[in-house]
This record gives sequence, structure tokens and C-alpha cells, in this order.
Amino acid sequence: MARKGGMRGDARRNAMFVAPMALLAVLLVALPLIYVLGTSLVQTGEDFSLGATFTLDNYKRLLRADYLQVFLNSLQLALLTTLVSLLIGYPFGYCMARAGRRWKALLMMLVIIPFWTSALVRIYGWKILLQANGPINAVLRGLGLIDKNIKFLGSYGSVLLAMVYCMISMMILPCHSAVDKMDFTLVEAARDLGSRPWRAFLDVTLPLTMPGILAGCVLVFVPSVGIFYLSDIMGGGLVLVGNLIRDQLLKVRDWNTGSAMSMVLILITAGVYLVYRKSGGDDLGVF
Amino acid sequence: MAKRRKKRDLGRIASPVYLTLVLIVLYLPILMVVIYSFNSGRSISAWQGFTTNWYTRLFNNALMGDALRNSLVLAFLSAGFAGVIGTLGAIGLAHGHLRGGGFIESLATLPMMIPELVLGMAYLAVFTAVGFKLGMGALVLTHTTFCVPYVFINVKSRLIGMDPAIEEAARDLGASPMRVLRDITIPLILPAVVSGMMLAVAMSLDDVVISFFVTSAETTTLPLKIYTGLRSGGTPEINALSTLMLAAIFVIVGLSQLLRARSDRKLYASR
Amino acid sequence: MDEAMAEVLLSLRHISKNFGEGDVLQDVSLDVERGEFVTLLGASGCGKTTTLRIISGLETPDAGEVILNGQDMTDLPPESRPVNTVFQSYALFPHMNVEKNVAYGLRVRGMDKRAQAARVREMLELVQMSEYAGRMPAQLSGGQRQRIAIARALAPQPQLLLLDEPLGALDLQLRRQMQIELKRLQKKLGITFIYITHDQEEAINMSDRIAVMRGGRFEQLGTPEEIYDHPATRYVAQFIGRSTIFTGTVRSANGYSAVIENENGRFTVDSAHAEIREGEICDVCVRTERMRASRTPVEGFDLPATVREARYAGGHVLTYVTTRGGVEAVAEGVERMCDAPAAGDTVYLHWNPAQAAVIGGASHGA
Repeated sequence: MARKGGMRGDARRNAMFVAPMALLAVLLVALPLIYVLGTSLVQTGEDFSLGATFTLDNYKRLLRADYLQVFLNSLQLALLTTLVSLLIGYPFGYCMARAGRRWKALLMMLVIIPFWTSALVRIYGWKILLQANGPINAVLRGLGLIDKNIKFLGSYGSVLLAMVYCMISMMILPCHSAVDKMDFTLVEAARDLGSRPWRAFLDVTLPLTMPGILAGCVLVFVPSVGIFYLSDIMGGGLVLVGNLIRDQLLKVRDWNTGSAMSMVLILITAGVYLVYRKSGGDDLGVF
Repeated sequence: MAKRRKKRDLGRIASPVYLTLVLIVLYLPILMVVIYSFNSGRSISAWQGFTTNWYTRLFNNALMGDALRNSLVLAFLSAGFAGVIGTLGAIGLAHGHLRGGGFIESLATLPMMIPELVLGMAYLAVFTAVGFKLGMGALVLTHTTFCVPYVFINVKSRLIGMDPAIEEAARDLGASPMRVLRDITIPLILPAVVSGMMLAVAMSLDDVVISFFVTSAETTTLPLKIYTGLRSGGTPEINALSTLMLAAIFVIVGLSQLLRARSDRKLYASR
Repeated sequence: MDEAMAEVLLSLRHISKNFGEGDVLQDVSLDVERGEFVTLLGASGCGKTTTLRIISGLETPDAGEVILNGQDMTDLPPESRPVNTVFQSYALFPHMNVEKNVAYGLRVRGMDKRAQAARVREMLELVQMSEYAGRMPAQLSGGQRQRIAIARALAPQPQLLLLDEPLGALDLQLRRQMQIELKRLQKKLGITFIYITHDQEEAINMSDRIAVMRGGRFEQLGTPEEIYDHPATRYVAQFIGRSTIFTGTVRSANGYSAVIENENGRFTVDSAHAEIREGEICDVCVRTERMRASRTPVEGFDLPATVREARYAGGHVLTYVTTRGGVEAVAEGVERMCDAPAAGDTVYLHWNPAQAAVIGGASHGA
């Protein structure tokens, strides 16, 4: 039974324990974000001094057609990444949850390991696989399916592949835990009441595992919007918000516009997260 | 009848086949990196024979040594700080009566939800503005910040899952609050602390974007080296380096899983 | 009761507590004598667990005092009170084996190692768990965990043992067995028990006194017999045992018995415990096992009823009837189905006047 109040002295102890984390959160999370917000609302020179006048020009500048196109590119890529991850990841999480006890632990480990390995390294592996005279072209040629090597790298497909590849664990884990938690006697009950397997899946399993699906979608979508180096490494000329911000900072050295772009990016991700939480989504912890 | 049985058999093998296929796609690129680290050719393009040459070259490369040392120091310092800060925070906030607790919690776990790029630039801007020296100090601070949520969430969920009566029983039997922390709470959350810190080590070892912004010219880390190497096309040396990192992460994750499985088995054997 | 037994160990004085959403406890007072077995009985949410937590120090009252052995303990933290608790969930330390669990209360008090070991051995023997000393809690069954929780709470020799629904998680058979063992243990050790349960049968079987709680107050405090035979309120009458309650107007009362009348008819009750006067309206509680249904009217009663159903209940027959005024009642008394009235028959309800109680007529604050 959870009860309020309780033992004396706890409140002071708890406050003391939380203090370092609170300090860190204020100094290294709140402060920098406020600073970016501030920078996005003024016009300054290159020295970052905040003495300049208030302006909304930095945001108005984002309405340029080519910038809007870049935001659209990012959103489209993130949406596609989420969709493909869902289509591949949900069945995977489902099968995993329905596997035997001992297999489950092993599968879990196999999914988690790539999750914690460097995305760079894994994408590098794809580069090796997909390069013009690499293994995949060699296999396809060997099977007589193609005459000329296909140029995979740099295509939109290769970027999408890299994105899905890096994000899919974020989809698999919540979907798995939702299916795993589900009471499968409910599906049996639906079958018993005359429902066909697919019908039972659509009527029972899918709605009951929806929280996991939503959590997975948020966990994939949010980082997908901001990621930029994957498309860089896969080549091709796709410009994403991330590239744009980086170039504003390091090439154009326009911190004000860069900050405005960052704020929009934060608003998009925070917005998605807030809508998710408001619609009753679970806490996105470590699955 | 026969048709139905056939369908059922198909269902039985479809799942393992699908799992295996996805896992192969998941691991194939990793395997490629490992295989090509033994390729004697100069470029990454074609297989030209086996060599361990690149590993020797890697070990003789002083710059690489520096990067490795920096990365390890950084990872262990930030995971250590995050371990202490996140655990204390979780203990303080787990039973949620602290005023403003919810706000602090959201703020502290925000780095998980914000694109790294935004955080990185924000750090660079603030550090430059207040005149904070970029380099190792800045790296440790920022890595600690984004590692805290992993420890915090892990430990907090363990604490919430714990029967509050266990701590109360210890008080009831005569233990002071500090004694309860030492005898009961900390031993019970230790597996969560350790697995959270291991995640933190892995996250720190993996970070490119934030490190990219807050590091100085003299301080480089392994992922940064890999990133610059990759952008210029990649060399077998990078392959060798990546293979070593992979090995390290396999060990860390393997250990943390093992630890978790063992403690779960011990505590919840009869459930 | 002799003088030594009547010594008050614990007093709760005017305890009030609320958690912000209405009162959980309102002005609760209770004196517990040394060696007594007192049960707090009530439905969930009645404040019994909060009362227990206030005694153990895990909760602080908003008003009132907790006095143990004449000393005010209201502001003492739980670790400084000579009171131990057996928790509903047992709350065994999952990372310590049985021996270390039982020794914990001794260890934090700094008892020397050898004395600790001896005391742990003694406790494990007491609960017949000696051979399990090296097991982890996860390796024990529910009943075994229960015993360890009791041994752990008894090890520091508390003056008062608090038990929060200790048998709630056990199945019926084990529950009955543990009830007997707990009572035996309490007699043997002479320790004062304050026991929480929502099971009225358990409370009646085990307690010296029962406090029936409802909405953060004591509805009635008394011996099991007093509470069963003379419920102070309708709530107590309905919560404990099965009974039928008739409300009626007193037609005549002479200090020993009273005749009461309502739309169902007329009946007689013993009024020795109640102060009732002619013309008053009162509730009368008749226990099911004391209600009789005969085929002919009985002296002093005029309560005709129609039989709805007669059902065999093992050793006796339950006769379900509806009275003239629409009250649904159950009567016992017939032993075999062949003697039972058939559905639709008219029967006449009656009882031994001495065994029916006028509610509110007894043991107020006794």
C-alpha cells in the first residue's frame, strides 16, 4: 500500500540526495537550452554576446523554401524510418515474446548487443557490404541476377536502410515487452468464441499491445528527426535538418539561425513526446 | 485436414525463420567490419588476403593510443559520476513526495529525448560564452549529463518495483535510516546501478556528436577518430579499431546481462 | 483477572490522522493490557493498517499520543520503539538468508555474535524452521515465509508484536493451522499482540478483545462474545456473523424482556442489557443459527413468514423465508431435509428471547 507522509527526516535526506542531480539538470540541461532559446531570439555577431536586440528574424528566415524542404526531408525520412521499423520490428518482437523461455533470453541479448555498439561501426559494415565491388554485388553477380554492379551507396534506399538498421532495436524492445506482458488466454478466449487467428490478432493482440507500438514509434521517430551523420556516411546528397544546423554553426557561423533551427527541432520532438504522454503513453524508460 | 496441418507447420517454422533472417541482417555488417579488419588490401574495397598487420600498426600508433586512453578515462569517469548522481537522485525521488521532484526528473532525463546535435551545439555555445575551457573537463561534464538518465531510470524502476515494507521492516527492527540504506536499499538496487553504469559506459564510448562539439584540438576520442576516418573513406586500421571496440562492448553488455539474469534469479526464483 | 494482568501496556489517546483526502483516523483511543491479544477488525480502508503503523512509528499521527509503558512514544522513530511488526507481505529481506533475516534486529542493536546465533536458533526452533536456516526467502513457501517473518519480529524480544493481516495470503487450510499456532505462541511467550484482520471468524477465534473499525473510528470494542451477542451498531451486527435485523416499536418493557412490534408482526427480546422504554424504536439482531421456524405459533411471537426454499447445509437445514412485511430471513434448527417445510408453506419465526440482542444496548465503551 503506497502511503504518503511516513518516516521523519526522510524529506531532508531525499532533498540532499537529489541535489547533485538537480544541479546538473539545471546547469547542463536547462541553462544550455535556455541559452539556445535566447540566441534564437536575437541577432548577434560571431562572439555570441547576448547584448543584441530582440528579433524574430531568425525564425522568419526558416520559412525560405529550401529550408522548409530540408525540414520536410527530415520529417519524411523519420516517418519512413518509423514505418519500416514498425513493419519489421513488431513481428520480430512478437515472435521473440512467443519463443521459449531460454530462447527468449538469448534473443534478447542478441538484440541488445548491436543496440549498444557504435552506430558508426555498424554503418561502416553496410558500406563495405554495399560498395560497388563489395560482397552483395558479388553475390548478385554470382547468381547471374545482374550484369553490372549496382550503385547502392548514396541512394535514398541506402540512407533509409541505415536509419532503420540503427533504430530498429528501439522498436523491437517495447513491442516485445508489450507482447510479453499480454495475457494470451485472451487470444484463446477469442478463438474459443469463434474468431479466426487473424481476426483474433486484430481484435485482441493488436489493441492490447498498442502501448508498446506507440512507445516504439516515439522512440524511433524522435531521434530519427535529428540524426544527420548516417546520411553523410552513406553518401548521396540528402540534406537533413541536422546537416543544416551543423553547417549553420560551423560553415556559415550563423549561430542565431542555427539556434532557431534547433528550437524548431526541439519543438517537433518535444511535441511528439508530449502528444504521446498526453494520450496516455507509458514512461519511456529502459526496456 | 491435411491442409490445415500444413498451415500449422508453416506457422511453427515461420517464426524461427523470420527471427533468424532479421538477426542475420542485424549482424552481417558487424561481421563484415571484423572480417575486413584482417584484409591485407589497403582500401576497404576488395578482399586481398589475411593479415593482422593493421592491429600491429594500430598498437604502434601513438595518436590511437591517446584516443583510446581518453575514451576509456572519459567513459569510466562519466559512468562513475553518473552512477553516484543518478543513484542518489533515484533514491531521493523514487517515492515521489519531494516538491518539484517531477520537474527535476523530467529535466534530468530530457537529454534522452533531445537530438544530440542540439545538445552539442548548446554546450559549445554556453561553454564559449562563460569561458569554460573545452577538452577533457567539458567532455566529462557533458557525458555525465547524458549518462545520468540511464542510471536514474534503471535504479528508479528497481526501487519502485521494491516492496516498501522491506525498508520499513528494517526500520521496525531497529535500523536507523542510514543503516537501512546501507544494509537493505543499496544491496537491493546494486544490480540496477551496475547495469545502468554499464549502459552509461557504452553510451559514452559510442558518442560522436556531443564529443565533436565540446572537445579541444588536443583531446580526441576513439569514436571521433573513427568518424573522421570514415568520412575520408575509411581504412583497414579503422576496421581493426572498430573490431576492438566491438569486442569491448560485447564483453560489457554480456557481463551486464549475466549480472542481471543472476540477480533476478536469486531474488525472484520462486515467482 | 488479577492485578498484574490488568496493567496497561499501550494506550492510544485521541489519535487522528489524515492523508490529505479525508480523515483516515478520527479520535481513536485504545488501552491494551499486557499479555492481551487485541484484534482490529474491519473492511479494507477502515483505518486499521494506519492505526498499526502509528503504533509502530512508521506513520506519525496528526493529533493524539501513543503511550507505551507510561512513556510517550508519539515522536519516536520506529527504530527506537520496543515494538516489532509482522508485515502483510512478510517483507523478508530478499538478499539475506533465513538466519540473517532473523538475526537482523539483533545485529543492528549490536548484540554479540554468539548471543545472536543462540537467539536465532531459539527463534527458528520456536517456529519449527530450524532446518531452513540457510535458505533464501525466494526458496520458501508462503507458510514458511510467514513463520520466518514471525521469528524475525520476535527475535528482538519486543514488548508488543503487531501483525498486519499475517495470514491474508495463505490458503484456508494453512490459515486455520497458523491461527492455532499463533495463538499457542502468544500464550507461551506472553507477548502482547495487536492483530489486524478483515476475517471476522479469525478475529473471534483468536482474540481476547476485538475492536471493530469503520471509517477511521471504533464501532465497538469488546470481547468476542460481547461483540457477537450484543453488537453495538447495525454495522457490527451485519459485519460479524449472519443475522436478520428487525426494526420495531417497543410495546412493553419490564427491565427483563420487551415486546416489540412492527409491520412483520410482534416478538419478544431480552432487554436486560438495553435501556429501552415503551414507545421507542429499536433494532433487534437475531443470529441465523438462533432463528427458528416452526409450523405452529409460539408463545410471545407473532411472526408468520412464507417459505421460499429449504436447503441442506451439512448437519442442518437452512430455511429461507419472507415475512409479512417483506423482510428476507434465514432460520436454522431442522436437521434433516425430510423435516423441512416446503416452499410456499407458512411458518412462524421465533427465538429464545435471551439470545436476541437489542442493537446499541450493550457494552458502550466498556
